[in-house]
Amino acid sequence: MAKADMLGASLWDAYSNKVTTLMNNPQHQGEITEEEAASHGNKLIVADFGAESCGDAVRLYWEIDPKDDRIVNSKFKSFGCGTAIASSDVMTELCIGKTVQEAVKITNIDVEFALRDTPDVPAVPPQKMHCSVMAYDVIKKAAGLYLGVEAESFESEIIVCECARVSLGTLKEVIRLNDLHTVEQITDYTKAGGFCKSCIKPGGHEAREWYLVDILADTRREMDEEKMKAAADAGSKGDFESMTLVQQIKAVDAIVDENVRQFLVMDGGDMEVIDIKKGDEYIDIYIRYLGACNGCSSSSTGTLYAIEATLKEKLSSKIRVLPI
Amino acid sequence: MQVYLDNNATTMCDPQVVEAMQPFFSELYGNPSSLHKFGTSAHPALRNAINQVYSALNASDEDDIVFTSCATESNNWVLKSVWIDHILNGDKNHIVTTEVEHPSVLSTCRFLEEQGVKVTYLPVNEEGIVEAHTVKSFITEKTALVSIMWASNETGMIFPIKEIGEICKDKGVLFHSDGVQAVGKIPVDLQDVHIDFVSMSAHKFHGPKGIGALYIRNSQALSPHMHGGEQMGHRRSGTLNVPYIVGMGKALELATTNIEEKMASIRAKRDRLEDALLELSDTFVVGKREHRNPNTILISIRGVEGEGMLWDLNNGQIGASTGSACASEDLEANTVMLAIGADTELAHTGIRLSLSRFTTDAEIDYTIAHFKSAVARLRAISSSFAVVQPTKGGEAQACEIH
Repeated sequence: MAKADMLGASLWDAYSNKVTTLMNNPQHQGEITEEEAASHGNKLIVADFGAESCGDAVRLYWEIDPKDDRIVNSKFKSFGCGTAIASSDVMTELCIGKTVQEAVKITNIDVEFALRDTPDVPAVPPQKMHCSVMAYDVIKKAAGLYLGVEAESFESEIIVCECARVSLGTLKEVIRLNDLHTVEQITDYTKAGGFCKSCIKPGGHEAREWYLVDILADTRREMDEEKMKAAADAGSKGDFESMTLVQQIKAVDAIVDENVRQFLVMDGGDMEVIDIKKGDEYIDIYIRYLGACNGCSSSSTGTLYAIEATLKEKLSSKIRVLPI
Repeated sequence: MQVYLDNNATTMCDPQVVEAMQPFFSELYGNPSSLHKFGTSAHPALRNAINQVYSALNASDEDDIVFTSCATESNNWVLKSVWIDHILNGDKNHIVTTEVEHPSVLSTCRFLEEQGVKVTYLPVNEEGIVEAHTVKSFITEKTALVSIMWASNETGMIFPIKEIGEICKDKGVLFHSDGVQAVGKIPVDLQDVHIDFVSMSAHKFHGPKGIGALYIRNSQALSPHMHGGEQMGHRRSGTLNVPYIVGMGKALELATTNIEEKMASIRAKRDRLEDALLELSDTFVVGKREHRNPNTILISIRGVEGEGMLWDLNNGQIGASTGSACASEDLEANTVMLAIGADTELAHTGIRLSLSRFTTDAEIDYTIAHFKSAVARLRAISSSFAVVQPTKGGEAQACEIH
C-alpha cells in the first residue's frame, strides 16, 4: 500500500485500447454450423468452458480442414465481462490459420500479449489476467475433441498459477534456492499468485488443485527434514566437501548449535554463518559475532580457535573460520 | 444525454443545500465552541439544522442525534462501544446481525469476532430480507445488540424494523439499525418504532459527503468513539463541521417535506422503468415492489454478465452498479448477492438501478432504449444464447457457484 493505492476503482482505466475496442466490437463473435463446415468438406468442433453460474463461460467453434488439421475458420460466444470477450476474440484470431497441433501451443500469456497496445504495458489489470486463462483451457478442450485425446494430455507440467503459467516444479525450486518463507515472496520472485489470486489459498475466485500456501508449507517441511538429515550425515562424517552450499551451511549450523552456541549464549553473545567459500586448499567459513561476542578479546583468539577446531574435527580438516 | 442511476451509492448535492452551506466557509467561519461572536454567530444556523433533523425524523427532545463524519463512523461507533460497554465490561457476549449488511457493519462484526465476540449472521429470504421471527429465535440472554439495516442498499428492500424493534424491546436487547437507505428516502418516525440507535448519512439524500449522524434513543449511555474536546454534549469530539451540519439539516428537510409525494413521483418512474425492462425475456427483479424502496431495481438478466452490462451502459452515459465479482477489485463475489440468490446467477448478472427525485421521465425513456439495445448486443455475443451445441464430449463441467 502506498500513494498509488489511495484511490481505488480504476479497473477500466487499466484496460488497453485493444481490449476496449474488441469489447465494443468483437471481430469473431458468432457461430459456425455443421452444414457450413460440411459444405466446405471440413470438420466442425465446438467446445465449452465455464458456465454462467461460474461467472465466465466461452464456447469455441473451429472449422478444421481434415487434410492438414488446419483451422480455416473460428468463432466464439462468451458470457463474460469486457476482458473475457476481448480475450476470446483475440484467441479466435490467433487460432485461424494454425494447425490444431500449433493452436494447442497458444497460451493465455500469448492472448494477453496480443491484447497489448505496446509490448511492455500489460493489457489488463492483474486480477483480469484470469479471463485470458479460459481461452487457453477451451483451446485444449477443442484440440482434445478433434484429436480424440484428453485435454490434460497437452500439459506436460502441473501448472499451479494459470495466470502467470508457473509450474509446480518451478515453484518448489524457487522456494528452495531463495529460501522463501512467505507467499508474498513467492509472488515477488515468480509472479505466481499475483493476478487473480485463486491459487494462493482455497476460497478464491475458482477452486484449484494446488495452492501456494500448501506448496510453501510442504517445501519448507522438506527443507527442514533435509537440514536435519544433513546435520545427521555431518555428524556421521558425511562428505562435507561434496555438499551443496545450502547443505554445507546447514551442516555448519548444526555443529555450531550442538557444540558451540550454548557457550556463546552463556556469555551473552552469539554468532551466525555468513558465507562459505570453497578454495583449493581451504574451505573458508565466514562468521559474524553477535551480542557480547562482538568486540570480545577472546573472539579473535580462544573462542575462534575453539570454533574452528570443532568444525575441523566434525566436518573437514580444510576448514578455516574467518570472523567479519 | 447522461443519466445517473446510482443514487444508492451517492446522490447529487442539491444546489439549495450548497447555497445554504456557502456562508459557513469564508464568512461565518468561527469555531462554535468559542465564546466570542465569531464562534457564536454560527449557533443559529446549527440550532436550525438540529431542529431540521429532529423534526424530519420525529425524534423526541429526550433523544440525542449526534453528527458524525458518515454512517460508517456511526456504525463503527455503535458496534464497538456496545462491545466495550456490554461485553468487555458487562456479562454479554453476543451480537445478532444479518448476512446482507453494509461492509461497515459486517467488517466491524468480523473484527469483533476476532476479539472473541460471538456474532450471528442471520440469513435472508428470497426477497433479501430478514423476517422478524427469525430474529426472535436467535436472541439469547447473552445477546448485547441486534444490528439490522432499515433498507437494503443492493435490493432496496425494506426490513420489518417495527416488529424487530418490538421483539428487542420485549427481550431487553439493544437494537441498532443502519438507516442509510431509509432516512430521507422513506418516512422514518423514530417515535413510532422502538430503536436504540440509527445511523444515517447525508450524501444519500442530496446532502454533502462527509457528514452523517447517529441517533441515540433517550440519550442513553454509549462510550464515545472519538475522544477529544467533548463537543456535541460530550458524545462526539472534533470541531463541529459547521457548513456540513447546516447542509445535512437543509438536505433532510428538503428530502422529507412532502415525502409521500416525492416517493410517488419516483415510484412512478421506477415502476415504468422496471415494467419496460421486465419485457425482456429471462429477467427477474429481486423483491416485491410494495416492500421496496421506491427508487431501487435490482434486475438479473440471464446471459449478460454484470460488468459487461455496466460497460455498455457506461458507453451510453448511464451510471449504474453491479454486484458482479468481475467488477470488483478482488474478484470476490458480492456477499449480499450470494446471500439472496444462492441458487441463481444473480451474483454474476445483477444490475442495480437507483433513481432520485432529480431523475426525469426523459432520462427513463433514454435508459429503457439504451438498456434494451445493450442487452440485445451482449446476448448476441453470449454463449448462454448460442444455438450450435458443443461437440459430444465438449460440454462444460458443472460449476460450483463462488
